[in-house]
Amino acid sequence: MWLAIKLAYRNLIGAGLRTWLNVLVLSFSFVVIIWMKGIMVGWDYQAKTDMTNWQIGAGQYWHENYDPYDPFTFDESHIEIPELLKSEISNQNITPMLIAQGTIYPQGRMQSVVLKGIDPTQKVLYLPSEKLDTAITALPAFVGQLMASSMKLTVGDRVMLRWRDENGTFDAAEIEIVDIFSSNVPAVETGQVYIPLDKLQQMIGLENRATIFTFNENFKKENTPDGLVLKSKDELTKAVDDMIKTKNSGQSVFYFILILLVMLAIFDTQVLSIFRRQKEIGTYIALGYTRRQVVGLFTVEGGMHAILAAVVAAAYGIPFLAWQAKVGFTMPVDTSEFGMAIAQTLYPVYGVGLVLATTCIVLIVTTIVSYFPSRKIARMNPTEALRGKIQ
Amino acid sequence: MNESNNNAESKNTPLGGLGVKSPLGDLGVERNNNAETQTPPSGGGGVIITTSQLIKRFPMGKGEFTALKGIDLEFGIGEFAGLIGPSGSGKTTLLNILGSLDSPTEGEAIVLGQSVSKLSAKGAARLRKESLGFIFQSYNLLQVHTVFENVEFPLLLLNYTAAERKKMVMDALEWVGLTDKVKSKPPKLSGGECQRVAIARAMVKRPSLVLADEPTANLDAANSHNILKTMENLNRQLKTTFLFATHDEKVIGYLKRKIFLKDGYVDKDELVNN
Ligand SMILES: Nc1ncnc2c1ncn2[C@@H]1O[C@H](COP(=O)(O)OP(=O)(O)O)[C@@H](O)[C@H]1O
Ligand SMILES: [Mg+2]
Repeated sequence: MWLAIKLAYRNLIGAGLRTWLNVLVLSFSFVVIIWMKGIMVGWDYQAKTDMTNWQIGAGQYWHENYDPYDPFTFDESHIEIPELLKSEISNQNITPMLIAQGTIYPQGRMQSVVLKGIDPTQKVLYLPSEKLDTAITALPAFVGQLMASSMKLTVGDRVMLRWRDENGTFDAAEIEIVDIFSSNVPAVETGQVYIPLDKLQQMIGLENRATIFTFNENFKKENTPDGLVLKSKDELTKAVDDMIKTKNSGQSVFYFILILLVMLAIFDTQVLSIFRRQKEIGTYIALGYTRRQVVGLFTVEGGMHAILAAVVAAAYGIPFLAWQAKVGFTMPVDTSEFGMAIAQTLYPVYGVGLVLATTCIVLIVTTIVSYFPSRKIARMNPTEALRGKIQ
Repeated sequence: MNESNNNAESKNTPLGGLGVKSPLGDLGVERNNNAETQTPPSGGGGVIITTSQLIKRFPMGKGEFTALKGIDLEFGIGEFAGLIGPSGSGKTTLLNILGSLDSPTEGEAIVLGQSVSKLSAKGAARLRKESLGFIFQSYNLLQVHTVFENVEFPLLLLNYTAAERKKMVMDALEWVGLTDKVKSKPPKLSGGECQRVAIARAMVKRPSLVLADEPTANLDAANSHNILKTMENLNRQLKTTFLFATHDEKVIGYLKRKIFLKDGYVDKDELVNN
């Protein structure tokens, strides 16, 4: 085996350009695969971090009837702020939010929205709630970038808002957009208008009530208050994992094509070698190699492309990947239009497992692909090989 | 038994005596085994090759072509013999069988005590690896390896240590006068130099038998004489048996035994006495 490795190395280095072309292509696929996988991991990480910061904190309590995908549940999803949580609310470790339905009329259009009553003093989420603490004649409100651009809203705009109170009676007021935030979390932006919690409570007639409670890392969960259910961070971020998984499987096709191209190059080289190097094969046999040993030598030669590629990939890939992790990859198109939790600039994250797995897979596949054409040598007649007769 | 005697003797050969600067000089003066090499096959230390009724047929179209039509030959250790005949007379075919690269259709070829037709692929590889050296018309050097690496190759298969290999390779290169080309690669060498590398490669492990198929076919007269003298000296010095296949008059002039092949059988078998 050592001998085969030694000879394979001499042969590959000796073959020069032919080897280096294959190695370069192979190393390129190493770097691209690791980079793309790194982007996916980085995206997952970013999406979860953004979601934590803007939407879910370290977890939430939901009213047992609350279903964010069914606005008709909102009317029945509110609870008197439990005594159990009150001290932590005043400690800024937990913040209540009241959720209701409403309709806005921007520029004569009608748009139903989710109204979120938020405490202007809260510190649990990144939402710019302090902007609501202002003295204007209209009802202060802020929206996300996605909402603002789809409704063509800008800071200072005034829009008519209609809602129904607890008794089902319609009421209306004017809101003024005091801020527009950008979060990379579509779930907190699309179709949502944030207004002060106490105002919303008054408007609907639900004083001192809330729908969900978001807590931070400092909050120590004890007993879940009656009427609420605990939603852990893992549970709430599962959607992100699922989304990334879907994207990943989409990318698999790309990896497959990439690997396939590389394999074709190696396969081609091997098939060509076996024809071109017949005399050499005959010579090995004349010098005392068994045909099986020659097959081994050619297979090792093929597989060694992957090892050389790993070395070359490390030479230019490590600086490149490190640089990418630092400056990030900025999408050439505006990602806020995508409607999914994706930042404009993604920072790839690479794990040891990812790098090792990629290297191993490419090495194994390369070796297998090298082995198949080499088997032909085992059927070669040494005297004909020596004459270099094409078979 | 022959093999081990031979090897033992070749390993003990004082290599310094093989001419340092001019390996083609009178290498064998101190040794007195000339008598042996000049009176083969019976006068020497034993038999190295025996063939009996050796027949080789190749499938050809619907029928068969008989390339060897019952060859009976015997070679003693230390011979310097040649198969002579026009193209197509069966020289290469016979050499390939004796080199265990091919097997006879009928009859037997005993090489170093082993029947070629009964050898397994592994056994044949082992025979070649340990006891046989090949020299080809077109040199068959490994193009991307250096001269040193080419000559070293047979030793890699024999598990010598790096230090042993280095010494043996340098000795072999000294025999052929190529110590200054250690790091060159074959594409940078002349035909004569290439064939000398090939001789060094064939000789480096001190094989019992060297099979040389038209070794001078691609060389000019000067280079032909040069390598023939080298081989003649090695034959005398190391008692290596040389068997040529050739129709080159220059080679024939050096042979101590001439076997004329014609259409697959032995036409004449002459010993040269001088
Ligand atoms: N593998 C083969 N298949 C068919 N015919 C062959 C094969 N090898 C050699 N021959 C034939 O056998 C004859 C002897 O060939 P060869 O031993 O190469 O002759 P030489 O070396 O004396 O020129 C030739 O007629 C050649 O065509
Ligand atoms: Mg021939």
